[in-house]
Amino acid sequence: MVIPQARNLHLSRMNLVRLKGLPILQQLHIEEKLLRASSENWCIMNDGTNDPTIVMGVSGKPAELLEIESVLRDQVPVIRRFTGGGTVIVDQSTVFVTFICGKDAVPGLQLYPRSIMSWSSLLYNKVFQGTGDFHLRENDYVFGSQKFGGNAQSITKNRWIHHTSFLWDYKVRNMAYLKNPKRAPEYRLARGHLDFICRLKDYMPRTIFVDKTVEAAGTEFSLRPIRLEEIETHYESEYRPSTSLLTEQELKSDIASEQELKSDIASEQELKAATASL
Amino acid sequence: MALGMWASSTANALRISYASKAHLSPAFSFSRCFSTVLDGLKYASSHEWVKHEGPVATIGITDHAQDHLGEVVFVDLPETGVAVTQGGSFGAVESVKATSDVNSPISGEIVEVNTKLSETPGLINSSPYEDGWIIKVKPSSPSELGSLMGPKEYTKFCEEEDH
Repeated sequence: MVIPQARNLHLSRMNLVRLKGLPILQQLHIEEKLLRASSENWCIMNDGTNDPTIVMGVSGKPAELLEIESVLRDQVPVIRRFTGGGTVIVDQSTVFVTFICGKDAVPGLQLYPRSIMSWSSLLYNKVFQGTGDFHLRENDYVFGSQKFGGNAQSITKNRWIHHTSFLWDYKVRNMAYLKNPKRAPEYRLARGHLDFICRLKDYMPRTIFVDKTVEAAGTEFSLRPIRLEEIETHYESEYRPSTSLLTEQELKSDIASEQELKSDIASEQELKAATASL
Repeated sequence: MALGMWASSTANALRISYASKAHLSPAFSFSRCFSTVLDGLKYASSHEWVKHEGPVATIGITDHAQDHLGEVVFVDLPETGVAVTQGGSFGAVESVKATSDVNSPISGEIVEVNTKLSETPGLINSSPYEDGWIIKVKPSSPSELGSLMGPKEYTKFCEEEDH
């Protein structure tokens, strides 16, 4: 396919990396290194990852977000990533699109979450124009009131990353590993996972989505294809990413901490009730 | 505390600065960028403030920053004893699905961390200059304060950024 050439020589240059089936942990490590240790702009597209993997945001607490016993029983990997946001379970049917930019890459863009989110929605408007009732709704990409794309960001002094996992398809049984989150957008209206999300494949063929996304990115940036093997030459290799795979021990100790906390709260409530009745 | 938080959010919505508590006595400035900017503090272009009192400097993020970030749901705090450098990141806040670095306006050693932010990260929104302080630092180069913006300069900086 043809990558659109810059119509305007003033478009910022962006390296385009197209991947297929790269393990999500490896993808996140690369992204974190490019955010922190590169000075260039990047678009990374990973068409599916390998094994089903749970990915939590930086502040995610496994006991609150996951059905840990099932996760441990089925040995589903759990990653805590470096960006904010919620929890997803990703697999071969997830398409990932990431933008990593310097502060001047998008003229006039302020480095705040809502500004960057708004910019991203304009880009994806070009991709989904005329398809479903696409829009950005409380930081999610939706068709109507059903989510098909989850976003997360990390913003440093001079750079930012906005990455999205698109549910091209998903397995119903995988959603059972995730609890309904305590913090949820208002439009979710307490719906369970299966009523809240939808499949992108019901709206657009996979290759068309990928091609249109590259085309839309090409209207904003001057794209230069880069192979995976070349990436390491573009950043300082000493940087150690914080994104990590949680160990079984960490997952089990989180259950124990949660149970201890609940026990403390229950004891405190009993004491208060007993005191009040005196 | 609840009344203070209500007053803070209402005052911000009305674009009016209100009187501070006694221990943070510097007069408030009225800000045309509609966020509160305090007299007596110094400001970094990355929207952190620093209040230098004797051997210790208190650091947090400004009202302008918290307003633009949205509801803070998590604060990644550093450890005491860690060195910070001017302009370098020492922690992060999470809001609206994003982590945003918090940078130190001055160099020094962290001597105290506001651990209340672990349980109540929203203090950064409701009280960015008081209860929402993030770290206290023993400055290693007090002259660095001279390179920071004063209240009027920072107010103008915010206006230009939002223009």
